Amino acid sequence: MPNTLLTPNRPVGIVGYGSYVPRYRIAAREIARVWAGSKGGLPVKEKAVPGLDEDVITMSIEAARNAMLRAQIEPAQLRAVWVGSESHPYAVKPTSTVVAEAIGAVPHIQAGDWEFACKAGTEAMVAAMGFVGSGMADYALAIGMDTAQGKPGDALEYTAAAGGAAFIIGPAENALATLNASYSYVTDTPDFWRREYQKYPEHGVRFTGEPAYFQHITSSSKTLMAELGTTAKDYQWAVFHQPNTKFPQRAAQMLGFTPEQIAPGLLVPVIGNTYSGASIIGLTAILDIAKPGDRILLASFGSGAGSDAFDITVTDKITLRAGLARKTQEYIARRTEIDYATYARYRDKITMK
Amino acid sequence: MEIPRHWRLKQQRYGLVGEVCPHCDYKIFPPRDVCPNCGDEAKTLYTFSGKGEVFSFTTIYEAPTGFDHAAPYTVAIVKLDEGPMVTAQLTDLGDQPIEIGMPVEMVTRKMRNDGDERGVIVYGYKFRPAVVAA
Ligand SMILES: [Zn+2]
Repeated sequence: MPNTLLTPNRPVGIVGYGSYVPRYRIAAREIARVWAGSKGGLPVKEKAVPGLDEDVITMSIEAARNAMLRAQIEPAQLRAVWVGSESHPYAVKPTSTVVAEAIGAVPHIQAGDWEFACKAGTEAMVAAMGFVGSGMADYALAIGMDTAQGKPGDALEYTAAAGGAAFIIGPAENALATLNASYSYVTDTPDFWRREYQKYPEHGVRFTGEPAYFQHITSSSKTLMAELGTTAKDYQWAVFHQPNTKFPQRAAQMLGFTPEQIAPGLLVPVIGNTYSGASIIGLTAILDIAKPGDRILLASFGSGAGSDAFDITVTDKITLRAGLARKTQEYIARRTEIDYATYARYRDKITMK
Repeated sequence: MEIPRHWRLKQQRYGLVGEVCPHCDYKIFPPRDVCPNCGDEAKTLYTFSGKGEVFSFTTIYEAPTGFDHAAPYTVAIVKLDEGPMVTAQLTDLGDQPIEIGMPVEMVTRKMRNDGDERGVIVYGYKFRPAVVAA
Protein backbone atom coordinates (compact mmCIF):
# COMPACT_ATOMS: atom_id res chain seq x y z
CA MET A 1 0.00 0.00 0.00
CA PRO A 2 1.37 3.46 -0.84
CA ASN A 3 1.88 5.98 1.95
CA THR A 4 -1.62 7.34 2.49
CA LEU A 5 -0.78 9.84 5.21
CA LEU A 6 -1.36 13.51 4.48
CA THR A 7 1.69 15.48 5.54
CA PRO A 8 2.31 19.09 4.48
CA ASN A 9 5.54 20.24 2.78
CA ARG A 10 5.83 23.02 5.33
CA PRO A 11 5.11 21.99 8.97
CA VAL A 12 1.75 23.40 10.15
CA GLY A 13 -0.27 23.57 13.32
CA ILE A 14 -3.11 25.15 15.27
CA VAL A 15 -2.23 28.78 15.96
CA GLY A 16 -5.51 29.63 17.67
CA TYR A 17 -8.69 27.80 18.62
CA GLY A 18 -12.08 28.80 19.97
CA SER A 19 -15.36 27.15 20.81
CA TYR A 20 -18.98 28.09 21.32
CA VAL A 21 -21.89 26.42 23.13
CA PRO A 22 -25.26 28.20 23.42
CA ARG A 23 -26.75 28.86 26.84
CA TYR A 24 -29.86 26.69 26.85
CA ARG A 25 -30.06 22.98 27.79
CA ILE A 26 -32.87 20.47 27.54
CA ALA A 27 -32.59 17.27 29.57
CA ALA A 28 -32.95 13.98 27.69
CA ARG A 29 -35.45 12.87 30.36
CA GLU A 30 -37.61 15.92 29.47
CA ILE A 31 -37.70 14.79 25.82
CA ALA A 32 -38.46 11.25 27.01
CA ARG A 33 -41.29 12.61 29.19
CA VAL A 34 -43.01 14.02 26.11
CA TRP A 35 -42.47 11.15 23.68
CA ALA A 36 -41.58 7.92 25.44
CA GLY A 37 -42.68 8.05 29.04
CA SER A 38 -39.80 7.05 31.29
CA LYS A 39 -38.87 3.81 29.51
CA GLY A 40 -35.36 2.90 28.45
CA GLY A 41 -31.87 4.36 28.80
CA LEU A 42 -30.95 7.82 27.58
CA PRO A 43 -28.03 8.49 25.20
CA VAL A 44 -26.97 11.74 26.93
CA LYS A 45 -27.87 13.70 30.09
CA GLU A 46 -28.76 16.92 28.30
CA LYS A 47 -28.09 18.81 25.08
CA ALA A 48 -27.32 22.42 24.14
CA VAL A 49 -30.10 24.37 22.43
CA PRO A 50 -29.52 27.65 20.55
CA GLY A 51 -31.53 30.77 21.36
CA LEU A 52 -34.05 32.27 18.93
CA ASP A 53 -31.46 34.65 17.49
CA GLU A 54 -28.68 32.10 16.97
CA ASP A 55 -27.67 30.10 13.92
CA VAL A 56 -24.51 28.61 12.43
CA ILE A 57 -23.41 32.09 11.28
CA THR A 58 -23.68 33.78 14.70
CA MET A 59 -22.17 30.79 16.51
CA SER A 60 -19.28 30.58 14.03
CA ILE A 61 -18.59 34.29 14.53
CA GLU A 62 -18.21 33.81 18.29
CA ALA A 63 -15.97 30.73 17.97
CA ALA A 64 -13.89 32.55 15.33
CA ARG A 65 -13.47 35.59 17.60
CA ASN A 66 -12.20 33.28 20.37
CA ALA A 67 -9.77 31.64 17.93
CA MET A 68 -8.52 35.08 16.84
CA LEU A 69 -7.96 36.11 20.49
CA ARG A 70 -5.72 33.08 20.99
CA ALA A 71 -3.93 33.31 17.63
CA GLN A 72 -2.89 36.93 18.21
CA ILE A 73 -2.81 37.65 14.47
CA GLU A 74 -4.46 40.39 12.43
CA PRO A 75 -7.68 39.41 10.60
CA ALA A 76 -6.08 40.53 7.31
CA GLN A 77 -3.46 37.78 7.72
CA LEU A 78 -6.15 35.15 7.19
CA ARG A 79 -6.30 33.89 3.61
CA ALA A 80 -9.25 31.55 4.02
CA VAL A 81 -12.47 31.37 6.04
CA TRP A 82 -14.08 27.95 5.67
CA VAL A 83 -17.17 26.81 7.56
CA GLY A 84 -18.26 23.17 7.70
CA SER A 85 -21.86 22.50 8.70
CA GLU A 86 -25.01 20.63 7.80
CA SER A 87 -27.17 23.51 9.06
CA HIS A 88 -25.98 26.50 7.04
CA PRO A 89 -28.72 29.17 7.40
CA TYR A 90 -29.05 29.68 3.64
CA ALA A 91 -29.51 27.11 0.89
CA VAL A 92 -27.69 29.57 -1.38
CA LYS A 93 -25.46 32.32 0.13
CA PRO A 94 -22.30 31.43 1.98
CA THR A 95 -22.05 31.30 5.76
CA SER A 96 -18.33 31.97 5.42
CA THR A 97 -18.64 35.45 3.86
CA VAL A 98 -20.71 36.75 6.80
CA VAL A 99 -18.28 35.23 9.30
CA ALA A 100 -15.30 36.68 7.41
CA GLU A 101 -16.91 40.14 7.29
CA ALA A 102 -17.76 40.06 11.01
CA ILE A 103 -14.19 39.28 12.07
CA GLY A 104 -12.71 41.80 9.60
CA ALA A 105 -11.00 39.22 7.35
CA VAL A 106 -12.43 40.41 4.01
CA PRO A 107 -11.69 40.87 1.12
CA HIS A 108 -8.39 39.09 0.34
CA ILE A 109 -9.59 35.60 1.21
CA GLN A 110 -10.89 32.30 0.02
CA ALA A 111 -14.31 31.67 1.51
CA GLY A 112 -16.55 28.67 1.24
CA ASP A 113 -18.99 26.40 3.02
CA TRP A 114 -18.15 22.73 3.44
CA GLU A 115 -20.56 19.85 3.71
CA PHE A 116 -19.93 16.25 4.76
CA ALA A 117 -22.49 15.49 7.46
CA CYS A 118 -20.59 15.60 10.77
CA LYS A 119 -17.07 15.78 9.35
CA ALA A 120 -17.40 18.99 7.33
CA GLY A 121 -15.32 20.85 9.93
CA THR A 122 -12.38 18.43 9.89
CA GLU A 123 -12.53 18.32 6.08
CA ALA A 124 -11.99 22.11 6.16
CA MET A 125 -9.11 21.57 8.61
CA VAL A 126 -7.40 19.13 6.24
CA ALA A 127 -7.82 21.62 3.40
CA ALA A 128 -6.34 24.35 5.61
CA MET A 129 -3.36 22.08 6.39
CA GLY A 130 -2.78 21.80 2.65
CA PHE A 131 -3.35 25.49 1.96
CA VAL A 132 -0.85 26.57 4.61
CA GLY A 133 1.43 23.55 4.20
CA SER A 134 1.96 24.28 0.50
CA GLY A 135 3.09 27.81 1.31
CA MET A 136 0.20 29.40 -0.62
CA ALA A 137 -1.13 30.97 2.58
CA ASP A 138 0.14 31.70 6.06
CA TYR A 139 -3.14 31.44 7.94
CA ALA A 140 -6.51 29.79 7.28
CA LEU A 141 -9.60 29.61 9.49
CA ALA A 142 -11.51 26.31 9.55
CA ILE A 143 -14.78 26.02 11.48
CA GLY A 144 -17.13 23.13 12.26
CA MET A 145 -20.49 24.30 13.64
CA ASP A 146 -24.03 22.99 13.72
CA THR A 147 -27.53 23.62 15.03
CA ALA A 148 -28.66 20.05 14.47
CA GLN A 149 -32.36 19.14 14.40
CA GLY A 150 -33.94 15.75 15.05
CA LYS A 151 -37.47 14.84 14.07
CA PRO A 152 -39.73 15.27 17.12
CA GLY A 153 -39.86 11.95 18.96
CA ASP A 154 -37.10 10.38 16.83
CA ALA A 155 -34.05 8.80 18.52
CA LEU A 156 -31.91 11.63 17.16
CA GLU A 157 -33.97 14.28 18.94
CA TYR A 158 -32.37 13.28 22.26
CA THR A 159 -28.91 14.18 21.01
CA ALA A 160 -29.13 16.66 18.07
CA ALA A 161 -27.48 19.74 19.59
CA ALA A 162 -25.84 23.07 18.84
CA GLY A 163 -22.19 24.09 19.16
CA GLY A 164 -18.80 23.85 17.53
CA ALA A 165 -15.27 25.10 17.23
CA ALA A 166 -12.94 27.22 15.10
CA PHE A 167 -9.26 26.66 14.35
CA ILE A 168 -6.69 28.97 12.82
CA ILE A 169 -4.16 26.84 10.99
CA GLY A 170 -0.75 28.39 10.43
CA PRO A 171 3.00 27.72 10.31
CA ALA A 172 4.18 25.21 12.95
CA GLU A 173 6.68 27.70 14.41
CA ASN A 174 3.76 29.87 15.57
CA ALA A 175 1.49 26.97 16.60
CA LEU A 176 0.20 26.02 20.04
CA ALA A 177 -0.18 22.48 18.69
CA THR A 178 1.40 21.00 15.57
CA LEU A 179 -0.70 18.99 13.08
CA ASN A 180 1.84 16.27 12.28
CA ALA A 181 -0.24 14.24 9.84
CA SER A 182 -3.79 13.31 8.93
CA TYR A 183 -5.42 10.35 7.23
CA SER A 184 -8.97 10.04 5.88
CA TYR A 185 -11.03 6.89 5.33
CA VAL A 186 -14.08 7.35 3.06
CA THR A 187 -16.68 5.05 1.45
CA ASP A 188 -20.23 5.41 0.10
CA THR A 189 -22.32 4.27 3.07
CA PRO A 190 -25.99 5.36 3.36
CA ASP A 191 -26.30 5.56 7.16
CA PHE A 192 -27.83 9.05 7.50
CA TRP A 193 -29.08 11.64 5.03
CA ARG A 194 -31.39 14.59 4.47
CA ARG A 195 -32.93 15.37 1.08
CA GLU A 196 -33.29 18.95 -0.13
CA TYR A 197 -36.32 20.86 1.30
CA GLN A 198 -36.64 18.33 4.12
CA LYS A 199 -36.33 19.81 7.59
CA TYR A 200 -35.32 16.62 9.40
CA PRO A 201 -32.82 13.89 8.47
CA GLU A 202 -33.47 10.18 7.95
CA HIS A 203 -31.23 7.41 9.20
CA GLY A 204 -30.61 3.74 8.63
CA VAL A 205 -31.27 2.93 12.33
CA ARG A 206 -29.18 -0.23 12.98
CA PHE A 207 -27.01 0.61 9.98
CA THR A 208 -25.47 3.59 11.78
CA GLY A 209 -23.22 1.62 14.15
CA GLU A 210 -20.96 -1.14 12.84
CA PRO A 211 -20.69 -0.50 9.07
CA ALA A 212 -20.72 3.27 9.43
CA TYR A 213 -19.37 4.82 12.65
CA PHE A 214 -17.15 2.01 13.96
CA GLN A 215 -15.79 0.82 10.59
CA HIS A 216 -14.78 4.32 9.50
CA ILE A 217 -13.51 5.80 12.76
CA THR A 218 -11.44 2.74 13.72
CA SER A 219 -10.05 2.39 10.17
CA SER A 220 -8.94 6.02 10.01
CA SER A 221 -7.37 5.88 13.49
CA LYS A 222 -5.70 2.47 12.98
CA THR A 223 -4.19 3.42 9.62
CA LEU A 224 -2.92 6.75 10.92
CA MET A 225 -1.27 5.08 13.91
CA ALA A 226 0.11 2.18 11.84
CA GLU A 227 1.74 4.53 9.34
CA LEU A 228 3.14 6.75 12.08
CA GLY A 229 4.29 3.71 14.06
CA THR A 230 2.34 4.78 17.15
CA THR A 231 -0.07 3.01 19.50
CA ALA A 232 -2.68 4.29 21.93
CA LYS A 233 0.00 4.45 24.64
CA ASP A 234 1.87 7.17 22.73
CA TYR A 235 -1.02 9.61 23.20
CA GLN A 236 -1.92 11.59 26.29
CA TRP A 237 -5.43 12.26 24.96
CA ALA A 238 -7.84 11.05 22.30
CA VAL A 239 -11.12 12.47 21.04
CA PHE A 240 -13.63 10.85 18.70
CA HIS A 241 -16.83 11.94 17.01
CA GLN A 242 -19.51 11.59 19.68
CA PRO A 243 -23.07 11.06 18.45
CA ASN A 244 -23.96 9.62 21.88
CA THR A 245 -22.01 8.62 24.98
CA LYS A 246 -21.47 4.94 24.18
CA PHE A 247 -20.10 5.09 20.61
CA PRO A 248 -16.90 7.07 21.38
CA GLN A 249 -16.37 5.05 24.57
CA ARG A 250 -16.51 1.82 22.58
CA ALA A 251 -14.38 3.15 19.70
CA ALA A 252 -11.74 4.22 22.23
CA GLN A 253 -11.78 0.76 23.80
CA MET A 254 -11.48 -0.96 20.40
CA LEU A 255 -8.41 1.17 19.64
CA GLY A 256 -6.77 0.59 23.02
CA PHE A 257 -7.46 3.95 24.67
CA THR A 258 -8.41 4.19 28.35
CA PRO A 259 -11.44 6.07 29.74
CA GLU A 260 -8.98 8.59 31.26
CA GLN A 261 -7.51 9.39 27.84
CA ILE A 262 -10.90 10.35 26.39
CA ALA A 263 -12.42 11.95 29.52
CA PRO A 264 -11.63 15.66 28.94
CA GLY A 265 -12.82 15.58 25.31
CA LEU A 266 -16.01 13.58 25.92
CA LEU A 267 -18.54 16.41 26.06
CA VAL A 268 -21.57 14.69 24.49
CA PRO A 269 -23.19 13.73 27.84
CA VAL A 270 -23.58 17.42 28.77
CA ILE A 271 -23.93 19.25 25.42
CA GLY A 272 -25.27 16.54 23.08
CA ASN A 273 -24.09 15.75 19.58
CA THR A 274 -22.95 18.97 17.94
CA TYR A 275 -22.51 17.21 14.56
CA SER A 276 -19.77 19.06 12.61
CA GLY A 277 -18.62 20.47 15.95
CA ALA A 278 -18.67 17.26 17.97
CA SER A 279 -15.12 15.87 17.77
CA ILE A 280 -13.43 19.27 17.41
CA ILE A 281 -15.15 20.96 20.34
CA GLY A 282 -13.86 17.98 22.33
CA LEU A 283 -10.39 18.88 21.04
CA THR A 284 -10.81 22.47 22.32
CA ALA A 285 -11.67 21.16 25.81
CA ILE A 286 -8.50 19.04 25.70
CA LEU A 287 -6.34 21.96 24.52
CA ASP A 288 -7.79 24.04 27.39
CA ILE A 289 -6.08 21.69 29.88
CA ALA A 290 -3.19 20.29 27.80
CA LYS A 291 0.49 20.56 28.69
CA PRO A 292 3.38 21.15 26.27
CA GLY A 293 4.44 17.84 24.73
CA ASP A 294 1.01 16.17 25.06
CA ARG A 295 0.16 14.11 21.98
CA ILE A 296 -3.50 13.95 20.88
CA LEU A 297 -5.39 11.68 18.48
CA LEU A 298 -8.47 13.30 16.92
CA ALA A 299 -10.88 11.32 14.73
CA SER A 300 -14.06 12.76 13.29
CA PHE A 301 -16.87 10.87 11.60
CA GLY A 302 -19.29 12.03 8.95
CA SER A 303 -22.21 9.98 7.71
CA GLY A 304 -22.20 9.08 4.08
CA ALA A 305 -19.47 8.16 5.26
CA GLY A 306 -15.93 9.04 6.27
CA SER A 307 -13.52 9.75 9.09
CA ASP A 308 -10.56 12.15 9.32
CA ALA A 309 -7.88 11.22 11.86
CA PHE A 310 -5.18 13.66 13.03
CA ASP A 311 -1.94 13.29 14.96
CA ILE A 312 -1.38 16.43 17.07
CA THR A 313 1.42 17.53 19.42
CA VAL A 314 0.91 20.39 21.90
CA THR A 315 3.73 22.96 22.01
CA ASP A 316 4.90 25.28 24.78
CA LYS A 317 2.86 28.14 23.23
CA ILE A 318 -0.27 26.56 24.77
CA THR A 319 0.72 27.87 28.21
CA LEU A 320 0.27 31.49 27.22
CA ARG A 321 -2.57 31.17 24.69
CA ALA A 322 -5.08 28.82 26.30
CA GLY A 323 -6.09 31.58 28.74
CA LEU A 324 -6.55 34.31 26.11
CA ALA A 325 -10.18 33.40 25.37
CA ARG A 326 -13.13 31.76 27.06
CA LYS A 327 -12.63 28.06 27.77
CA THR A 328 -15.05 25.40 26.56
CA GLN A 329 -15.96 24.31 30.11
CA GLU A 330 -16.89 27.94 30.88
CA TYR A 331 -19.46 27.85 28.08
CA ILE A 332 -20.72 24.49 29.37
CA ALA A 333 -21.08 25.92 32.89
CA ARG A 334 -23.19 28.82 31.50
CA ARG A 335 -26.40 26.83 31.56
CA THR A 336 -30.13 27.52 31.69
CA GLU A 337 -32.44 24.52 31.60
CA ILE A 338 -35.59 24.80 29.46
CA ASP A 339 -38.67 22.61 29.11
CA TYR A 340 -39.93 20.95 25.94
CA ALA A 341 -42.38 23.75 25.14
CA THR A 342 -39.67 26.43 25.23
CA TYR A 343 -37.38 24.13 23.26
CA ALA A 344 -40.09 23.63 20.63
CA ARG A 345 -40.40 27.42 20.29
CA TYR A 346 -36.63 28.04 20.16
CA ARG A 347 -36.13 25.31 17.56
CA ASP A 348 -38.94 26.58 15.35
CA LYS A 349 -40.94 23.38 15.74
CA ILE A 350 -44.22 25.27 16.15
CA THR A 351 -45.80 26.30 12.85
CA MET A 352 -47.20 29.84 12.99
CA LYS A 353 -48.60 30.05 9.46
CA MET B 1 -36.64 45.58 0.84
CA GLU B 2 -33.81 47.41 2.54
CA ILE B 3 -30.88 45.38 1.22
CA PRO B 4 -28.68 48.39 0.26
CA ARG B 5 -29.03 49.83 3.77
CA HIS B 6 -28.23 46.51 5.47
CA TRP B 7 -25.21 46.11 3.22
CA ARG B 8 -23.91 49.62 3.91
CA LEU B 9 -24.19 49.22 7.67
CA LYS B 10 -22.78 45.68 7.93
CA GLN B 11 -19.37 46.52 9.43
CA GLN B 12 -20.86 48.76 12.08
CA ARG B 13 -23.59 46.22 12.86
CA TYR B 14 -21.59 42.98 12.83
CA GLY B 15 -18.54 44.14 14.69
CA LEU B 16 -19.45 47.34 16.57
CA VAL B 17 -17.10 49.30 14.33
CA GLY B 18 -17.26 53.05 15.02
CA GLU B 19 -14.74 55.86 14.80
CA VAL B 20 -12.08 57.47 16.93
CA CYS B 21 -11.31 61.19 16.75
CA PRO B 22 -7.68 61.69 15.63
CA HIS B 23 -7.63 65.08 17.39
CA CYS B 24 -9.02 64.36 20.88
CA ASP B 25 -9.22 60.51 20.96
CA TYR B 26 -12.99 60.62 21.56
CA LYS B 27 -14.62 57.29 20.63
CA ILE B 28 -17.67 57.61 18.38
CA PHE B 29 -20.59 55.21 17.86
CA PRO B 30 -22.47 55.06 15.59
CA PRO B 31 -19.94 56.53 13.13
CA ARG B 32 -20.82 60.07 11.98
CA ASP B 33 -17.46 61.32 10.59
CA VAL B 34 -17.54 64.43 12.81
CA CYS B 35 -16.35 64.40 16.43
CA PRO B 36 -19.19 65.34 18.79
CA ASN B 37 -16.57 66.37 21.37
CA CYS B 38 -14.30 68.77 19.44
CA GLY B 39 -16.22 69.19 16.17
CA ASP B 40 -13.30 68.20 13.95
CA GLU B 41 -13.42 65.59 11.22
CA ALA B 42 -13.16 62.02 12.60
CA LYS B 43 -13.11 59.22 10.05
CA THR B 44 -10.61 56.79 11.60
CA LEU B 45 -12.30 53.39 12.07
CA TYR B 46 -12.31 52.00 15.59
CA THR B 47 -13.50 48.56 16.70
CA PHE B 48 -15.10 48.73 20.14
CA SER B 49 -14.24 46.08 22.74
CA GLY B 50 -17.92 45.20 23.07
CA LYS B 51 -17.75 45.49 26.86
CA GLY B 52 -20.15 47.77 28.69
CA GLU B 53 -22.88 47.99 31.30
CA VAL B 54 -26.65 48.35 31.33
CA PHE B 55 -27.56 52.04 31.75
CA SER B 56 -31.32 51.61 31.35
CA PHE B 57 -33.68 48.96 29.99
CA THR B 58 -37.27 48.15 29.07
CA THR B 59 -39.11 45.02 27.98
CA ILE B 60 -41.06 45.04 24.71
CA TYR B 61 -44.24 42.96 24.68
CA GLU B 62 -45.91 44.43 21.57
CA ALA B 63 -43.10 44.13 19.07
CA PRO B 64 -42.94 45.94 15.71
CA THR B 65 -43.33 43.88 12.50
CA GLY B 66 -40.29 41.72 11.88
CA PHE B 67 -39.47 41.39 15.58
CA ASP B 68 -42.75 39.81 16.72
CA HIS B 69 -41.38 36.26 16.69
CA ALA B 70 -38.89 37.22 19.41
CA ALA B 71 -41.32 39.05 21.77
CA PRO B 72 -41.17 39.57 24.64
CA TYR B 73 -37.60 40.89 24.52
CA THR B 74 -35.59 43.49 26.36
CA VAL B 75 -33.99 46.58 24.88
CA ALA B 76 -31.29 48.42 26.80
CA ILE B 77 -29.20 51.52 26.62
CA VAL B 78 -25.69 50.18 27.09
CA LYS B 79 -22.84 52.42 28.20
CA LEU B 80 -19.78 51.08 26.39
CA ASP B 81 -16.48 50.95 28.32
CA GLU B 82 -15.06 53.41 25.76
CA GLY B 83 -17.79 55.97 26.55
CA PRO B 84 -20.59 56.04 23.96
CA MET B 85 -24.15 54.92 24.71
CA VAL B 86 -25.75 52.43 22.33
CA THR B 87 -29.31 51.13 22.19
CA ALA B 88 -29.53 47.40 21.57
CA GLN B 89 -31.47 44.27 22.35
CA LEU B 90 -30.33 42.12 25.28
CA THR B 91 -30.06 38.39 24.63
CA ASP B 92 -29.12 35.10 26.35
CA LEU B 93 -30.82 36.29 29.53
CA GLY B 94 -32.05 32.85 30.51
CA ASP B 95 -33.77 33.36 33.85
CA GLN B 96 -31.26 35.99 34.92
CA PRO B 97 -32.76 39.24 36.28
CA ILE B 98 -31.52 42.44 34.59
CA GLU B 99 -30.09 45.22 36.74
CA ILE B 100 -28.82 48.71 36.08
CA GLY B 101 -25.03 48.53 36.01
CA MET B 102 -25.00 44.87 35.00
CA PRO B 103 -21.87 44.10 32.93
CA VAL B 104 -22.70 43.04 29.38
CA GLU B 105 -20.75 42.05 26.27
CA MET B 106 -21.49 42.38 22.56
CA VAL B 107 -22.47 39.38 20.46
CA THR B 108 -23.46 39.27 16.79
CA ARG B 109 -26.90 37.75 16.41
CA LYS B 110 -29.85 37.43 14.03
CA MET B 111 -31.92 40.61 14.18
CA ARG B 112 -34.75 39.71 11.81
CA ASN B 113 -35.60 38.66 8.27
CA ASP B 114 -35.74 41.40 5.66
CA GLY B 115 -39.40 40.96 4.78
CA ASP B 116 -40.46 37.35 5.38
CA GLU B 117 -38.66 34.00 5.61
CA ARG B 118 -37.67 34.33 1.94
CA GLY B 119 -35.73 37.52 2.61
CA VAL B 120 -32.10 38.07 3.54
CA ILE B 121 -31.26 37.49 7.23
CA VAL B 122 -30.16 40.68 8.99
CA TYR B 123 -27.37 40.19 11.54
CA GLY B 124 -26.21 42.74 14.08
CA TYR B 125 -24.99 43.49 17.58
CA LYS B 126 -26.86 42.61 20.73
CA PHE B 127 -25.59 42.44 24.30
CA ARG B 128 -25.67 39.58 26.78
CA PRO B 129 -24.77 39.27 30.44
CA ALA B 130 -20.97 39.04 30.61
CA VAL B 131 -20.00 35.38 30.92
CA VAL B 132 -18.11 35.07 34.19
CA ALA B 133 -14.97 32.97 34.00
CA ALA B 134 -15.34 29.64 35.84
ZN1 LIG C 1 -12.47 65.12 18.75
